[in-house]
Formats: sequence, structure tokens, C-alpha cells
Amino acid sequence: MNIAVLLNMVPDLVEELEIDASGTALDTQWMRYVLSESDEHALEQALMLKDRHGAKVTVLALDYGEAEEALFSSLAKGADEAIKITGLAAAPGKQAAAVAFKEALATLAPDLILTGVFAIDDHDGHTAGLLAGLMDLPFVGVTRSVERVNGRVVVQKEYPGGFAAEIEVGLPAVIGVLSAPQPPRYVPVARIRETRKTRALADRRIAAAEGAPRLTVRRLFKPEPAERAEMLAGSSEDVAKQIVAILADRGLVR
Amino acid sequence: MVMGEPRGAASGEGAHASLFVGTQQDWKREFNPCIQCGMCGGACPLAFAMDHTPRRAIYLAKEGLLDRVLHTNMLWLCVSCYNCTARCPTGLKITDILFPALRDAAINAGLQLPGEFKKALDNTYRYGNSLGEGPRKRTEWTKGAGVPVPVASQLRRPFDVLWLVECYPSYHPRNQGQAQAMARILRAVGVDFAILGPEEHCVGDCERLAGEKGLFESLVEYNASLLDKYEFGEIITSDPHAFNSLTRVYPALGKTYPVKHYVQFLAERLDTLKPLLTHRVEARITYHDNCCLGRMCGLYGPPRDLLRAIPGVTLVEMPFARENALCCGGGGGGMWLDTVIWQAAGERLSDRRIGHALATGAGILAVSCPFETSRFEDSLKSTGNDGKMVVRDILELLDESIRGRGGAVA
Repeated sequence: MNIAVLLNMVPDLVEELEIDASGTALDTQWMRYVLSESDEHALEQALMLKDRHGAKVTVLALDYGEAEEALFSSLAKGADEAIKITGLAAAPGKQAAAVAFKEALATLAPDLILTGVFAIDDHDGHTAGLLAGLMDLPFVGVTRSVERVNGRVVVQKEYPGGFAAEIEVGLPAVIGVLSAPQPPRYVPVARIRETRKTRALADRRIAAAEGAPRLTVRRLFKPEPAERAEMLAGSSEDVAKQIVAILADRGLVR
Repeated sequence: MVMGEPRGAASGEGAHASLFVGTQQDWKREFNPCIQCGMCGGACPLAFAMDHTPRRAIYLAKEGLLDRVLHTNMLWLCVSCYNCTARCPTGLKITDILFPALRDAAINAGLQLPGEFKKALDNTYRYGNSLGEGPRKRTEWTKGAGVPVPVASQLRRPFDVLWLVECYPSYHPRNQGQAQAMARILRAVGVDFAILGPEEHCVGDCERLAGEKGLFESLVEYNASLLDKYEFGEIITSDPHAFNSLTRVYPALGKTYPVKHYVQFLAERLDTLKPLLTHRVEARITYHDNCCLGRMCGLYGPPRDLLRAIPGVTLVEMPFARENALCCGGGGGGMWLDTVIWQAAGERLSDRRIGHALATGAGILAVSCPFETSRFEDSLKSTGNDGKMVVRDILELLDESIRGRGGAVA
């Protein structure tokens, strides 16, 4: 089985995010990009399938932020090939990313495409769903487990409210991973350093995805605090009575 | 050899020629002298909870049965207290070599690592500190110091003392006050110092003892090239673990620096410091010898000299003091293994140690390691002794004596 894993870089929230002079974008002077957490789970899911059934795992990342670090670290963890997708504007939106991934995947003919969902910057859609639409492939998103059964995959999909579904999907397919069944494996730093010395990333240059729909940001701003909180004072009993009165006033209790 | 230095301590030549043992041959070479006496397990404060004692692990590994050790809890229960090393009659480096080697083997075998432990290693690789904080925030604490804290990259001139603040004093809310106190004390005694600021990365002592060989080596490379950029007389550090690696391990890798822990540095300046200690601190104080400064480096006098210099202080000793002190449980990755250790042992070592301190009747437990303040404060609460004693770093007590309680910054 050929598995492709798509890696996306998102802003690292360890440093405070700042807005640049244009007022429509993040200030990238101090900002670093980090591999989206659910993509790390998508890779773990792929490596678990490889460990169990044997598979060729190819990781792909758009060339911005610390994509190279993520690709080398994926090779060190056990991925077979790593492809850096160049030719795009820095940090494209999700629509443009989906177009770029589609083009890069054209020659790979993967049976299964795994990528994360719920990236912290997916305001214009999920790459996974958009890509499935572009490639006309079946798509299941928000999974917590993917298992191979008789030439198909069976996925556990999570729904809000604690519900889950088991869904059988024919291949090829795109799966949007929320989490792998086990935490992403640790890769020793020595192995990453060794991989950097002994392995190379494949370069896949693509035409800029200009035709892709994109959002125009008119204004970017930090959450503006509103003074709507009412602090209740007094003894616990007083406060409890006030809460009951407020709830009754709003028709929430009788 | 300093007094109290254990036989296994690495002051001699080639002491750390092999930091990690990988092959079967390495194991035999390193541990063949083991006489299987069991002193290590007897000395270890957590051996009762280990599936194998260090003695058994050495025996199995030498016989090529490493697998039988790697899947047990024993490799995660070492907090690098150096008790086994100090007691070993053959002088084997059980803390510095056996446990890191076992953990290195587990990491390389792809075993599932304890979650907090893995996170700390990931953080250190990415951000240069185990807390996962951003480099830009490394100097946040200086804003509350009340005195200028020069950053080496902005100073653009040689300076006398490079202060390695280290990660917990830079970032941990409980420890930032200690860093601020240290800045004020250095100013007060007239030291020309600078910190590294956002460029500073962890020295890597706990990462080394955690068995992350590649991570430790990359930290050593980074730190060595960073230190090469600046011209300074000597290094001081607020962290005994950094002191441990800088004095005992970096030299074995060809990186030798003049380095002191603050207790040494300030004790050497007592003539200047003592007249500044004008406010009385009326208290019975007991001092906890941390493992790196104490058992491993034999620094028992300087912290006590500093405490005795504070007017009003009565110093009392715990029955288990100096080389017999019980570890707080935070070293060698212990800060990231509390859950695993608590599950196996039913307690944290700091819970046991706080009992020793309370038994002295002292009102203050004085410490000189950033891990210890929060660990002992937590233990006072978790053992139901909240309010019976306070935990203060020696720096905080000196600062209080200089400024008065809550006093204005000079």
C-alpha cells in the first residue's frame, strides 16, 4: 500500500502572535512555524499501518516555515520518502494548499492519503476535505483510528457529543486524522541529525496555484475584551441565591 | 579530590570518556568490575519500587539480556541522586552511565516514553528549554528585578561574569523571584555581569541523564559556539544541574570553562556581602543539600556560610544532611517523571524529605536549586503540612536581609 502523508505548518503559539503594519497579516519577524499537531498524528497513523501491514510512506510538505525539519524528522521516524513542494507563495491558504498537494500527488498514485484536521489556521477550509473534492475521492474526516481490512480501510470517526462511527471506506481515499490510536512516537535527536546527513529530500516544483479560491483578509485583530461579566459578591449562600434569581429571571429555572 | 567526593565522581582523567554505552562490549568494559554486592540497591531511595535494582540490571545487561530490563519500570525511577554512585565500592558510574545508557537504549528501541518526559525532550530540542517557552520570553523575569540586567549580545564589550540563569529561573513563575533576587545581589556586591537572554539554551544536564544522547550533544555544540562569541572572566549559574554538567561532563567533551555555582561565588565575596546583610531574619533554618552540589561536588560549606552570615538566623541540621541528604526527586529527568514515580512508589521523594525538614522544628527550609522550591512547597501541601514551614532559596533570604522584607530596591 502506498500512503501519502501531507504535512502543514501552522504558526507556533509559543511566542505571542503580533499583527504586522498592514493590519491584515501576522508579523513574521519573530513568528515560527510548527508542524500542525494533527498532521503529526496523521504521520503516526501511517507509520502504525506500515508497522502492521507493510506500506510505503511518502511525506509531502509545502516549502515554508520549518517544512524541512518536519520532513527530515518524518524520515527519521520511519517514512520512506520525503517531498518538498516548491514554487508556491509563502504560507498559502488551505484552498491553494489543496491545489498544490493535488498537483504534487499526481505522479504518486497513493492508495491512502492521510492528513490532519482542525489546524489552528484552517479558517478557509480543511485541506483534507478540499483535496478530496479536487481529486474526486472519498473523504472521511476527524478520525481517531484507521485500520486496513481486506483492501479497504475501516476508520473510527468522532462526532460531537461523544458519538463515534465506524466507517468502511474504499481506496483510494483521503482521511482527515484527528488523532492516531497512540501518541506520536519520539524520534531520538541523534537519528534526526544522522538523517539530515545521509538522506535527501525530493524537490517537486509546481506551478503557483493561482486559480485557487482564496480569502481576502480585510482586518486582522486580537480578541477585544467586552465588559459583560457581572461579579457576584457576598457569602456562598447569598451568591447561590443571586445565581438562582438570575437564572429564574432569564427563564432558565422555575 | 574535594572532601566528600564519591569515588565514582568524575574528577580524574578519562572520567567521561564514554558518556553512553551502546554495544555489548561497552557494557562489559564499563560494568565488568561490578562485584554484585547490592550496595547500589541498598542506597537507592526508590529501589523498593523498582522491578530490578541497579545490581540486577547490570548483571542482566552484561549477560546480553538488556531486553529484560528495558521493558520494566526501573529505568524511569532514577532521579539522579548519586547515592548509588557515592556508595559503590568499585566506583562504577551508575548514575552517570548506567541509567542514561538504559534510557538511551529504550529511546532507540522506539519504546513508548512517559508522556511528560517525551514532551520535555521535544520542548528542549525545539525551544532550548524543557518548559516549552519561547526564547523571546527568556528575559521576561528581568522586568521585575528592579535593577538593570545586561544581555551579553547588547553589551558589546568584555565583562567579568557570565551568568547562566538556566531554564527554571528564567521561566518558572516560582523561580523567577530567585533570578530577580540574584540580579539584585550581584548588583549590590558590584559584579560586572551579563546574561545570555533569548540566545540561552539549556546546559542539558537533565537531558543527558534522561539518556537523550543526541539532544545533549547538540546542546553542548550550541552552547560551546555561543560561549565562544563572548569575552568574559568566569561563568556563574543559578542551577546545580548546569553546574554538575559544566564542571564534570563538558570538560570530558573538550569544553572547559571556569564555572561556579552562586553559593561558591557569593561565599567567596562574604567580606563584601556581609556588611550589606543589615536586616535580621529571625528564624530557625534548615538547609537541604541538593545532590549535584552536595554528593557530587562536595559543596557543603558555602551554602551554610551564606546562611550563617544572615543576622538572626539559627541554622539547624537535619539528621540526613550533607552526603546523606535525601534527594528532592527532581533531578535527571525526575521533574518530568513525577507521575510515573508516584504511580510506582506511592510518593515523591520530596514528600519524604519534607518530613526530615519538619522534624527539625525549623520555620524555613533553605534550598539552592530551582527545582526544590516548588517541589517542597507542593509536598508541604500534599502531606498536609501547609503553613508549618516555608521554603526559600538562599538567594531570597540574602535579598531579604539586604533590603528588608518587601523592601524597596536599592
